[in-house]
Amino acid sequence: MMTYEFLQHYWCAVVALLAALLVFLMFVQGANSQIFELGKTADERRLLINSTGRKWEFTFTTLVTFGGAFFASYPLFYSTSFGGAYWLWMLILFSFVLQAVSYEFQNKLGNLLGTRTFQTFLVINGIVGPVLLGGAVATFFTGSNFIVERDNIMNEATPIVSQWANASHGLDALLDPWNVVFGVAVFFLARLLGNLYTLNNIEDDTLMRRNRRALLWNTAVFLVLFLAFFFHIMTKDGYVYDPATGVVSMEPYTYFNNLFGSWPLLALFLVGVIFVLLGVGGTFLWKAKDGSPFRGGIWPAGIGTVMVVVSLLLTTAYFNTCYYPSNADLQSSLTMQNSCSSEFTLRTMFYVSLLVPFVLAYIVYAWRKMDQKRLTHEEVNDTESEAY
Amino acid sequence: MENELFTIDSSMVDWSRAQFALTAIYHWLFVPLTLGLAVIMGIMETIYYRTGRDFWKRTAQFWQRLFGINFAMGIATGIILEFEFGTNWSNYSFLVGDVFGAPLAIEGIVAFFMESTFVAVMFFGWKKVSRGFHLASTWLTGLGATISAWWILVANSWMQYPVGQEFNLDTMRNEMVSFVDVALSPVAIDKFCHTVISAWVLGAVFVVGVSSWYLLKRRHVEFARQSMKIGAIVGLVASVLAAVTGHHSAYTVGQTQPMKLAAMEALYNGGDDQSLTIFAAVNPFAQPDWKNEHEPPMRIAVPYALSFLATNDLHGYVPGINDIINGYDKSDGEYEVPLSEKMVRGSYALTAMKAYREAKRDGRNNELEVLASEFQENMPWMGYGYVKEAEQIVPYIPICFWSFRIMVGGGCLFILLFCAILYFLYRKKSPRWLFHTALWCIPVAYIVSECGWLVAEFGRQPWTIQDMLPTWVGVSALQSSSVMITFFLFLVLFTTMLAVEISIMCKQIKRGPEL
Repeated sequence: MMTYEFLQHYWCAVVALLAALLVFLMFVQGANSQIFELGKTADERRLLINSTGRKWEFTFTTLVTFGGAFFASYPLFYSTSFGGAYWLWMLILFSFVLQAVSYEFQNKLGNLLGTRTFQTFLVINGIVGPVLLGGAVATFFTGSNFIVERDNIMNEATPIVSQWANASHGLDALLDPWNVVFGVAVFFLARLLGNLYTLNNIEDDTLMRRNRRALLWNTAVFLVLFLAFFFHIMTKDGYVYDPATGVVSMEPYTYFNNLFGSWPLLALFLVGVIFVLLGVGGTFLWKAKDGSPFRGGIWPAGIGTVMVVVSLLLTTAYFNTCYYPSNADLQSSLTMQNSCSSEFTLRTMFYVSLLVPFVLAYIVYAWRKMDQKRLTHEEVNDTESEAY
Repeated sequence: MENELFTIDSSMVDWSRAQFALTAIYHWLFVPLTLGLAVIMGIMETIYYRTGRDFWKRTAQFWQRLFGINFAMGIATGIILEFEFGTNWSNYSFLVGDVFGAPLAIEGIVAFFMESTFVAVMFFGWKKVSRGFHLASTWLTGLGATISAWWILVANSWMQYPVGQEFNLDTMRNEMVSFVDVALSPVAIDKFCHTVISAWVLGAVFVVGVSSWYLLKRRHVEFARQSMKIGAIVGLVASVLAAVTGHHSAYTVGQTQPMKLAAMEALYNGGDDQSLTIFAAVNPFAQPDWKNEHEPPMRIAVPYALSFLATNDLHGYVPGINDIINGYDKSDGEYEVPLSEKMVRGSYALTAMKAYREAKRDGRNNELEVLASEFQENMPWMGYGYVKEAEQIVPYIPICFWSFRIMVGGGCLFILLFCAILYFLYRKKSPRWLFHTALWCIPVAYIVSECGWLVAEFGRQPWTIQDMLPTWVGVSALQSSSVMITFFLFLVLFTTMLAVEISIMCKQIKRGPEL
């Protein structure tokens, strides 16, 4: 049952799931990008930062695990994308370093740079992180400029297998307007998820009012950008390969055919879209049991986001499609077949991945314990609370 | 296909090495304190759990606060390290990702999620979860950090001692054939034990040093004495264990990386009955003339000690740099071939690889088996096919030599320090000189800890993977200017954040525990 082909598909799905979880968890970045818009006073900003500050490590850890899983299962992608699109990834990493220290440092005595500087760092990460990660993911559909030549190893002067075809090292991705459109769409998705998360996590009427107003705008902009990108990828040519020969060619409507030709993927996508809309719509239309506005929209919207992202990512990799296409040299494009680890490694990692449900279980347990009560000004200002 | 935009330039390799070293050095400033404090504050909270005394809760909380300030920087620098394998060492990532990527992925799944889930409970959960759950969270945070150390050191050890893999000529990369060999290699076990235990030493020195400051200022005396007692007990046990595991590590290095050991000892010409150098006038700023000098000037040594350290036999044979280059008889009777022969065999491996690829492309399938067997015969020396001269395979001796001495000297100093602290605590005396010493031992512990890293990593040079992949073959196809810019960006960023962290730490320590 566990053939090499199955393992390739399995690990592709795991990596797509990790990427989707990362997009969901970027509600941290989305909320942080609005620190100064939603939080008009120092107290309100502190409340927002403490709310996302109890989850930022999940986003960070998911990013690292995503990188590790991609490295282990598709090392040629890791070497080609990270080594090639150097500047794109460096900017992303730089912004995440700023985020990691800013929570802990921003409100501490002796922080040298001042509270506002660190809060600004959080905003920078809140914008740069989702936009550039979104832009990087968009290249899975639009292609990148790299060349892969394994035989270079025997060339003693230049033994490098993967090389970027121009000197911009990844910044050229931002010259493609569709990458920018998707990057900004991911940014607004993160913002609306940030609104939904803080609505559910913080007990403050003023912030709730501002969050609901911002949610409306963020959702509207997200929908426009996402639908434009979705329409574009559904109508564009895709990069496909012949599994027997490995030869890559262009094919019209590849992503449309992949999505609409596979009922499980289509169902995942449609149910995901409905969940996201329910999460946002329910926030405005539904009431909780006690008659107060419904505030649990983060859960349907979050689950929906994961489903939509997984389904879209799988359309780029399954059905003999090149998930990391090269515009510089079509035959260098990366596929599940030509870029994955050996069967032995994938199988070994498969057994390790059986731990994931256990990991998820303790995360859910700890998360529920910590979020039983919404965050209040009193808790943040309590000297014993160790708040940021 | 050739990319005309790119040719490897040696300064790009050096900048890539510098950037990785910079990140690793900064990372290793924060991680040992995380590992060390995790044990000490775990013990303190356990006492609180058992006694219910509020004093112990406040004590644990104080050290947890310092842990938190330090923790964030460890995470920030850690993420850069992981991704730098791809950004700066892309050829390495391709050639060995099949083996090396697995420990990193397991680290994420098994360790990082544990750490990040329970660290939030530890900091913010005092009033949200039960005492037992909180205690478990504190220990699980430390356990997560320790498991993380295990997997990253498994990955690092594989670079020092590659086992459990085979080169696949069809995919042109190394592929894992035994997970157990990779995960439980003797080098990995030694490295993990020595590294984690030395981190406990650093944590203990930190706690004892900070407590000494309170005693010198006569503030929070009871808190300081109790913290010092726990710190010194943990520190003494860990220091002794660090010495034992250090000996094991040195023995393993002697068996698996003789050039590293020779560089650590500035041993140009080896032999039987080798003595261990205590001091020698090795110029820290220039590579010695190992080809022509017999030994470094002004050498003071302990007879037979190096032979014992490297072979567990007072009369054992230890090869020097020239022996490794010219060939020597190993203790197991096997002959270690000279560098010139390794270079020839490495070239054979590359030639056979090329012939295999061409035969495959041309459909000459009947030749493949012979060519593959020719390649596999010479594969252990493949890395030497990229080496042009002997100087390239000798690490920078001064760094290895002095770092080793500072590491060992510091370790001995800490054993004395912890013994003295426990003696005076037992006698209920407070000698100010000892507290001053303990306070100054904090920066010393960091220097000693970094020196351990320098010995391990500089001694491996020029290999990214020992004997298999030299650094100049493992790099990414980048311009040196790009790497230089990111090097300075990280230098400024990390240094600024370090300054902020030290400033916040000092303020928190001055503020003291809320007893």
